[in-house]
Amino acid sequence: MGFGGYLLRRLLLVVPTLAGVTVISFALTYLLPGNPALVKAGALATPDVVREIERQMGLDRPVPVQYWRYVSGLLRGDLGESSSTGRPVLEDFRQRVPATLELTLASLLVAVALGVPLGVLSAVRRDSLLDHVSRLLGVGGVAMPSFWTGLLLLYVFFYLLGVAPPPLGRLAADVTPPARLTGLYVIDAALTADGVALVSALHHLMLPALTLGFAVMAPLTRMVRATMLEILESDYVKAAWAAGLPRRRVVYGDALRNALIPVITVLGVIFGFLMAGNVVVEMVYAWPGLGHYAVTALVTKDPGPIQSFVLFVAVMYVFVNLAVDLLYGLADPRIRLR
Amino acid sequence: MRWRRLTGNRLSLAALCGILLVVAAALLAPWVAPHDPDETDAEATLSSVSLRHPLGTDIYGRDQLSRLIHAARVDLLVALSATAIALTLGATLGALAGYRGGWVDQLLMRAVDAIMAFPAFILAMGITAALGNSTANLVAAIAITHVPIYTRLIRGEMLKARETEYAEAARTVGNRPRQIVLIHLLPNCVPPLIVQATLAMGFAVLTVAALSFIGLGIQPPQSEWGQMTAEGAGYVVSGEWWLVLFPGLAIMATVLAFNLLGDTLRDVLDPRMRGVR
Repeated sequence: MGFGGYLLRRLLLVVPTLAGVTVISFALTYLLPGNPALVKAGALATPDVVREIERQMGLDRPVPVQYWRYVSGLLRGDLGESSSTGRPVLEDFRQRVPATLELTLASLLVAVALGVPLGVLSAVRRDSLLDHVSRLLGVGGVAMPSFWTGLLLLYVFFYLLGVAPPPLGRLAADVTPPARLTGLYVIDAALTADGVALVSALHHLMLPALTLGFAVMAPLTRMVRATMLEILESDYVKAAWAAGLPRRRVVYGDALRNALIPVITVLGVIFGFLMAGNVVVEMVYAWPGLGHYAVTALVTKDPGPIQSFVLFVAVMYVFVNLAVDLLYGLADPRIRLR
Repeated sequence: MRWRRLTGNRLSLAALCGILLVVAAALLAPWVAPHDPDETDAEATLSSVSLRHPLGTDIYGRDQLSRLIHAARVDLLVALSATAIALTLGATLGALAGYRGGWVDQLLMRAVDAIMAFPAFILAMGITAALGNSTANLVAAIAITHVPIYTRLIRGEMLKARETEYAEAARTVGNRPRQIVLIHLLPNCVPPLIVQATLAMGFAVLTVAALSFIGLGIQPPQSEWGQMTAEGAGYVVSGEWWLVLFPGLAIMATVLAFNLLGDTLRDVLDPRMRGVR
């Protein structure tokens, strides 16, 4: 089967998955105890008022009708309203997405920059001290809650050494944000040559990115090590050794290139890790992203944003997994046949 | 023989001891904790590690060691109940889907796909937020997110086992489907289930702690490791390190122990998976 057929088949699979996601999200938003009409009416409302609001919101209609209205609302970009900010959730999201994106990308960069070389080296020098350290990190990294590593880093780098800023957001209080192009402060500041903002943004990004990057590094290192080991044992690498090709070329040329292909498959898992980690890391550093927004809204008894956040992440997750499958199908033709 | 393999490896022996220690602490909490977890010591508020309070005290002067020991009860109970429920439910549904096939299988697997379309922690967050903060709801949230793992696992095993000769033989001599599944097929699926459940325990502990950390799980004054870390978080910037270090260590040690034990169990019980690590 060609790539076209695979693409079509994989794209079609997205439809039932998204339908399932919206059913679950609908159930979480409307069917469970935190009755949105009660929330909207406030604590002092009489049952009559609540019933009236229920009628206005269409909550007295049959469930399938409600679901249909929910989905068509979503398709129009209606994620509901936040009672704590009094604005549409979508608008609040738009404002906060760049913060989450910046943190996510920076963490991914940290994880790849440290995790891939570590995984490769520990496979090449199997059972060396480096290998033991990397395996320990792989096992230990998954067991460490990222809110805890974040707080420990804060203690060391803020309280003890004084080299990190206090955990109060993306910029120092006296620095004006750079002109908005992408919303990612580091990139915007670099593009507009705003040196002050760039330094402050990097300074504030340092610890959160390190915390989240460390959490994601563990599964990445494990995967790189495992595939690299497998390939170093394979026949064609042995043949390359036997043919007397230089070690450097065999390991870092042929073997590494093929070892990185299966690593694509962990990207989906890693995205899931990153999203979960984002929530707690944003809480630790008061990073004004989506997770922080959703969780703080909940504290003020506003359940709308958190359910929209859950839905948003799930939809992203579906598309990331789609992209991963397509990339993998492109890189390894055997996959298309499954 | 197998037991020797498990205890022979120093690392997995340490993991096993670690788990037993936490379980013992949880079971015997009122007797082994040096203080009442809610008792306040007005002369020693926010005090560091000392002989009287080996792991320090919080802002109210509550003994942190005692709170940690009592918290083990909550963390383990939630993780264990969630894992047990998910395993029972997941395995039943998986057996049903795998043995019956047809539309039952289709329906169940689509539901499983929908749950797995969410990152587990994010879905658990949504469920707890919708159900409300309580220990039972926390258990439900974690159980729901774990069900798909077992369903897929057992369904896969069932599909394989259904075609084997001994299943054929059991059918030929006139056993009913339920008998075949329960007596002949399911026992073969037990080893991978045990491995999966052990690994899931570690993940469940992490989830309880993280949910409670962001204020969605166990509520104060009940002590729970993640929630204790959250209470200590504000003091890290002023140098009171013990309020964060020790609860986090408890989480990490427990999760690590379950993960290591799970890895070893996989090597012992499920030899096909050996070397995949």
